[in-house]
Amino acid sequence: MRSARNRELLALVPASLLLTAGFAAVFIERNDVLTNVSLTYGALFLALCLAAHIVLRVTLPYADPYLFPLFAVLACFGLVMIYRIDEKLAREQAQWFVIGLGLFAATIVLLRDYRVLERYRYTVAAVGIGLLLLPRVPGIGSQVNGAYLGVRLGPLTFQPAEFAKIAIIVFVASYLRDTRQLLVIGATRIAGITIPPIKHFGPLLVVWGAAMALLFVIQDVGSSLMFFGGFLAVLYVATNRLSFVAIGLGLFAAGSWVLYQVRPTITHRVDAWLHPFGPLYDQAAGSYQIAQSVFAQADGGLFGRGFGQALLDVNGSQLLPAAQTDLIYSVIVNELGLVGACAVLCTYLLAVERGFKIATLARDSFSKLLATGLTAVFALQVFVIVGGVTRVIPLTGVTLPFISYGGSSILANFVLLALLLLISDRARREAIS
Amino acid sequence: MNAPIARLFVVVVLLFGVLVVFTSRWTVFDADALRHNPKNQRDLLEDQRIHRGVIRAGDRTLLARSVKQPDGSFIRTYPLPRLFPHAVGYHFINRGSAGLERSYEDDLAGRNSNELGGLIDRLGGSDRQGDDLVTALDPDAQRVALQQLNGRKGAVVALDPRTGAIKVMASNPGYDPNGVKRNSTFRALNRDPDAPLLNRTTQAGYPPGSTFKVVTAIAAIDSGKYTPESRVSGRNGKPISGVPLNNDGGESFGDITVTDALTHSVNTVFGEIGEKIGKRTMKEYMDRLGFGKPVEVDLPLDERASSGERRNGRILDPTSRFVDVGRMAIGQDKLTVTPLQMAMVAASVANGGTLMKPHLGDRIVDRDGRTVKTIKPEVMSHVMSPDTATKVGAMMAQVVKEGTGTAAALQGIDVAGKTGTAEVDRSCGPNQLWFIAFAPIQDPRVAIAATVECGTGFGGTVAAPIAKAVMQELLK
Repeated sequence: MRSARNRELLALVPASLLLTAGFAAVFIERNDVLTNVSLTYGALFLALCLAAHIVLRVTLPYADPYLFPLFAVLACFGLVMIYRIDEKLAREQAQWFVIGLGLFAATIVLLRDYRVLERYRYTVAAVGIGLLLLPRVPGIGSQVNGAYLGVRLGPLTFQPAEFAKIAIIVFVASYLRDTRQLLVIGATRIAGITIPPIKHFGPLLVVWGAAMALLFVIQDVGSSLMFFGGFLAVLYVATNRLSFVAIGLGLFAAGSWVLYQVRPTITHRVDAWLHPFGPLYDQAAGSYQIAQSVFAQADGGLFGRGFGQALLDVNGSQLLPAAQTDLIYSVIVNELGLVGACAVLCTYLLAVERGFKIATLARDSFSKLLATGLTAVFALQVFVIVGGVTRVIPLTGVTLPFISYGGSSILANFVLLALLLLISDRARREAIS
Repeated sequence: MNAPIARLFVVVVLLFGVLVVFTSRWTVFDADALRHNPKNQRDLLEDQRIHRGVIRAGDRTLLARSVKQPDGSFIRTYPLPRLFPHAVGYHFINRGSAGLERSYEDDLAGRNSNELGGLIDRLGGSDRQGDDLVTALDPDAQRVALQQLNGRKGAVVALDPRTGAIKVMASNPGYDPNGVKRNSTFRALNRDPDAPLLNRTTQAGYPPGSTFKVVTAIAAIDSGKYTPESRVSGRNGKPISGVPLNNDGGESFGDITVTDALTHSVNTVFGEIGEKIGKRTMKEYMDRLGFGKPVEVDLPLDERASSGERRNGRILDPTSRFVDVGRMAIGQDKLTVTPLQMAMVAASVANGGTLMKPHLGDRIVDRDGRTVKTIKPEVMSHVMSPDTATKVGAMMAQVVKEGTGTAAALQGIDVAGKTGTAEVDRSCGPNQLWFIAFAPIQDPRVAIAATVECGTGFGGTVAAPIAKAVMQELLK
């Protein structure tokens, strides 16, 4: 399978060129000069990619050749955007990339047989739930915009939800591998709707309850949607029953509606989403952020204002809050326009396509469900944050994978990528032998 | 399990499609509405960062420029604050803009109207710089005009009849545009009963008095119904529209020529001419001269008033049944005009019957000194035949030579003009005093209208000397 790795190597070249060109553009914009720093960044990034590529060449020669370069393109694009917003943050982000690649290599080496995860499914689930609850632990939890998504440990802030999403998908995939047959066989049809057997339906209700609890605890519609959506995707692939998904969505909608009625913070956020230019605009944690997000996009238009041209601060204060994390998509639209935004979304879509491709090639149910779940949760994360800043759904504090600034996000998504490549390597190796 | 995976991918594609749809909505379909959302201050903030082009007079004198502040934004200053406040206007983030600052906004701010042009600009350079506006204004003549007004409320506007280029646009009282950015100053200016913010040359509605007889003369001769030698009775107290009309000072004339009637500004002659040629003919010539529409000049629309008969604040068509055509013909009735409109009347006669579109701007120049746009002389209308223009011009020359306008006579230069003294019932003073003129008659280079509000005396004694001094400066 040397050709797969050669294709990967070749695909990394445009990624590095893109990075170098992007930095060059920002430099020219900023100083009217082209310094060799842009080339340094490009070379450094290429070196890192090469290192990761060599790890893959040695350990996973059969893995999908396109997934890593696609993620590299997203990562380097993100680095350019963050560099444009704040140089200091870009240096930190570059450091996180180094650590992330280390974690990526470690995951590949240590989890050669990722199927051991099945054995520890309840441990993994407990860790996942624990991670999600961490932000509510007094002393270390932190609240941003009414949502509990961060943990503060000394100088570091940490977003446990990024890791929790992987843990929960691992649990759901292994649990459904065992029970999927029972769910389908034991089902009864009432009035044309397939109802799963109560005995096995129980755990699903537990997951729904967990999602609701999550919504209640972390007060974030978007993250809950991402977790629950990932779960429904795995459930659907495991059982091939649309009715299960319908029931799940119905339950989620009902639960969300009830919470909307009773939790003032959620009511507040939904109202900010529905009426961004109303009285909530001037309130703390109101609709200022989402209003500025759409103003920035309107400013971008079809072709955008060009790299480094978006207006981000006014006299030292932020015009666009959280530009480097939540609203990075708005900055992209502002500077590269609808055209650039579509290109970014297409890159994500290609990555998602590779993920699902890996799932279809995988031989065993666990691998299939795991690949499906990881890909779905990745796609949903993109949908939730981009949908948030474009007012499709209420705005959420999750990151745009590989583009937003944030250590936890980078690390977690590198683990996700490692898992997908592990599954891919096994599937393609088995297909050949 | 592969079929549901494929379907799942379709769902993801659809979800991403929704994202593209919503991004398109904000960037393209709703973009204009969002840009104009009152909560959206991007344009204003962006505006502060633009190095706006300067505004210059015809002799390159700097009239407006932008100065960089410590925080990187720019603020507008006006180096000759009291000279051209109404023509140049002002531009401040907190106040908006007025005058040329507003009408040439896109050029001064370097805004490109189409998306692709803007894209090319952005690729070309990073700093947004506006283009410079060079006007035809003459600072020396403007100074003379303001000195001549000498604190009296009124207006002087002078232009080159051959091109329509405005040289003088003086309106008194004026204001310091640099002060407009302060709320207290702006409020005080707005409350001032003398209306210093009003551009009297283009926004005032003054009764034109006898200067309007030039319009009637144009209509009478160009329509072929009269010649300068036609004789009409100038008897005092002649009934016009069924009501006796008096001449100035109750003076009675016999059968006199139209030329003599203009020279001595005989009301009853022009009243009869107005009645004889009728509303339709009057309307035709008034329309050609630009009456009935906001006065033609490159200033914002809300700084341009219409001239004509007014009823309940609205402009009346000259053929309306509410119009007393005989009295309109001598500048009475409900007629109000802008000084610029009356200067245009003089200019049309001066330029052989062809009225050029008046304009303040001359050209747009980029930072490298290249002319990017020239405001070319443009024919506004053919008001009368060259023959009529020569005849009416000769009649107006008589006014200055031996009639009511002798005070405007210049040494060695033949001046053609017409006085006007309109009675107004104002507490401040009884008369609106006028003089419109052009010179030299052989080769006219300047057309002018000068008017003083609330005056005592006559147009010939008060307004004519003002016009004379300004013309002298312009013909130097």
